[in-house]
Amino acid sequence: MLSNLGNILLFINVFLSVLIIYFASQNIKTSGNSISETIYQTTLLQTTLIFGCFFTLVAAFITSDFSLINVFENSHTSKPLLYKISGSWGNHEGSLMLWVIILTIFSFFFLINNKTHPKNYRLFTLIFQNIIILGFLSFILFNSNPFTLISPAPKEGLGLNPILQDPALAIHPPLLYIGFVGSSIYFSAAMASLITNYSEKFFAKSIKNWVLISWVFQTLGILVGSIWAYYELGWGGFWFWDPVENASLLPWFAMTALFHSLIVLEKRNVLYFWVIILCLLTFVLSVTGTFLVRSGILNSVHTFANDPNRGIYMLSFLCLMIFSSLFLLFKKYRKNNYNINFNSKETYVLINNWFMLFYLLTVLIGTLYPIFTDALTENKISVGPPFYNTVIIPVVVIFLFFMAIGPNVKWIKNKFDNLISLIIIFILALIINFIIVYFFKSFTILSNLIIISSLFLIISSLIDLKKSLEKSKFDLARIISHLSFGFLILFIGLNHNFSLEEDFNMKVGDTKSFNNYEIKFKKLEVKNFKNYKSLIGDLEIKDKKMSQIKTLNPEIRIYESPSTLTYEAAIKTNIIKDYYLTMSNIDRSDFYNIKFQKKPMMFWIWVSCMVLAIGGFLRVFQNAKSN
Amino acid sequence: MQKVIKFLTTLIFLFVIVVFYFSLNKDPSYQTNSLVGKKLVELNLESFDGDYSLRTKDFKKNNFTLINFWASWCSPCRVEHPILMSLSKSKKLKLVGINFKDKKNNAKKFLNELGNPYNLIAKDEIGKKSVNFGIYGIPESILVNKEMIVIKKFIGPLNTRDYNEILKIIN
Repeated sequence: MLSNLGNILLFINVFLSVLIIYFASQNIKTSGNSISETIYQTTLLQTTLIFGCFFTLVAAFITSDFSLINVFENSHTSKPLLYKISGSWGNHEGSLMLWVIILTIFSFFFLINNKTHPKNYRLFTLIFQNIIILGFLSFILFNSNPFTLISPAPKEGLGLNPILQDPALAIHPPLLYIGFVGSSIYFSAAMASLITNYSEKFFAKSIKNWVLISWVFQTLGILVGSIWAYYELGWGGFWFWDPVENASLLPWFAMTALFHSLIVLEKRNVLYFWVIILCLLTFVLSVTGTFLVRSGILNSVHTFANDPNRGIYMLSFLCLMIFSSLFLLFKKYRKNNYNINFNSKETYVLINNWFMLFYLLTVLIGTLYPIFTDALTENKISVGPPFYNTVIIPVVVIFLFFMAIGPNVKWIKNKFDNLISLIIIFILALIINFIIVYFFKSFTILSNLIIISSLFLIISSLIDLKKSLEKSKFDLARIISHLSFGFLILFIGLNHNFSLEEDFNMKVGDTKSFNNYEIKFKKLEVKNFKNYKSLIGDLEIKDKKMSQIKTLNPEIRIYESPSTLTYEAAIKTNIIKDYYLTMSNIDRSDFYNIKFQKKPMMFWIWVSCMVLAIGGFLRVFQNAKSN
Repeated sequence: MQKVIKFLTTLIFLFVIVVFYFSLNKDPSYQTNSLVGKKLVELNLESFDGDYSLRTKDFKKNNFTLINFWASWCSPCRVEHPILMSLSKSKKLKLVGINFKDKKNNAKKFLNELGNPYNLIAKDEIGKKSVNFGIYGIPESILVNKEMIVIKKFIGPLNTRDYNEILKIIN
């Protein structure tokens, strides 16, 4: 029943998209600057029905309707309700539904929120957006249908992967999708802008909030994914340069470059074509990322089932997108002679863009290189963290200095009248760095440079904050974002420098001492839960210097049929540091392998990333208010 | 100048798309069915401790052998390890582990920590010999019978479904 309903709704949505494209192209021919009511109504109906379609799928998951292959493969009756629901988008077919919903919502809100902009520009945006929607709907219908039936319907489902049952993982995909699928709307708008010649600062105004919204969600999505990896995977890290992580980072760089360039376009009417290129690039990178992950070309921790047909479809779609946008761009491109002073805010924004493109290219090359060598030379290689760390980290140091100076540079032409204060800030950063090094003993040159440059950015942003508090003119969003980015890099630097990792084989009753710590394995308990049995260790960690004692309880969970073991890290978080403890059994012995990690500043890494996103939100509100 | 840039940009995108296309279709060993039903190639691998060499005839003693490719650096291997441990309890199946591009100490530590499910362990330090098995990335596992015919190939970490399937085949 649910299968039929879902399929019918999908077909109606295809029909509605075609209808919208038809109505819109008819409406373009008419004179006047108003969009016909029919289009608004059809778009509203489209949005409502696609939600209906999605909820049909969610209903199938909640009621454990195993006659649907998708539910059978990804759900189980004993799963908690929250994970049954999140299971609906935690797989390939369901996540494509989420794609289409976000495409549709953005299309709807863009249509109703931009009434001050010309009719044809909005209509063309609607047409392009609906072409994308059609592409994904037919992908769902003909290749990845979540409503496909299985006969006879099994009694129980297969999807009970314990590692995927986590609140962070339930919200990670939707956040990330709003981010990179949201970028579709400014892809469509950029195409419409090229066709209708609607350019310059009004174009910038029409898309800037959409760019910011997608950027905020992208940031939050990446953050939640990292938090999940940290708590659940039990390796104690939060970023692994995994190809799928990279795929989410690529559009993030493009978005960051884009909303900085938009400021210049809005203020000075320059860089129009550059902004268009970034708009197109962001969504192309999002689709490329999805293609790489879903086609099975890349092997990564995030495995989706491989299917070459899926890859062919997405590749054709990607091809169409890339070449149609290139064609339009080349046709409309005209050379502009920008008159930008070397020492002006415009230049600094461009510098930001160069850095972003540098990071983007580095990560892109690192991610694609293995695919290319494999296809061209038969050599199978993989690119790991050392490559990214060596190439990216030294460049971050310079980037942070520019990020501190840029915001205070004036438009058009600048004079460096604040040179002395910059020097003072630099000396201050140096002093604080040496205090940190002196008290905590860290010595690599690069880590010192990271700390100095991030302190430089933090201090300058704090001075900005103080100055703007004195004046009535406030640019809180920018200050908050730049400040928190400075803190983010500082905390990552400190975390990297002062982490401590030790592992021992211990049995109950043992005590081990190292550095300033003492670990005591007090007892081991066995507890029975609904669908697993748990071995819970009781370990005491004593900080000898501070004479503090903390108790941690890492777990080994034994799931039945078949016996699957998962290792749950015990994490004690406080404001300054995390204690991170994992325990694993050693076969045929009483010993357990205990891995202890001290990870400083973890809490603040999450907080600064959160505040970075809040800065983006603030800007959206400011923009909405000034409109 | 502008024309050259336009031409080059188009060319670069075209090149990327073509490479993507060939990557999609390239490696037939990535598809499970290409090896299934065929006889395993004659092999000669050094055992984990280097004291003897593992040959095809070693497989002929067992009704069924599951050849599992793993490494200590591979995190999905950790995920599938409990399944291998469960499989090792079956008397009808022998497990052969091929340690792939790994350091001996790390591999030993891995097995100490998680348990050793294998009846025999061999190593493929540079990863060249595993290519003969159609191994692309690890973990991968190949189920063969007494006649060395490949019955099934598992790409990626073994899961519950694979576990049940293997038990069904060998029983």
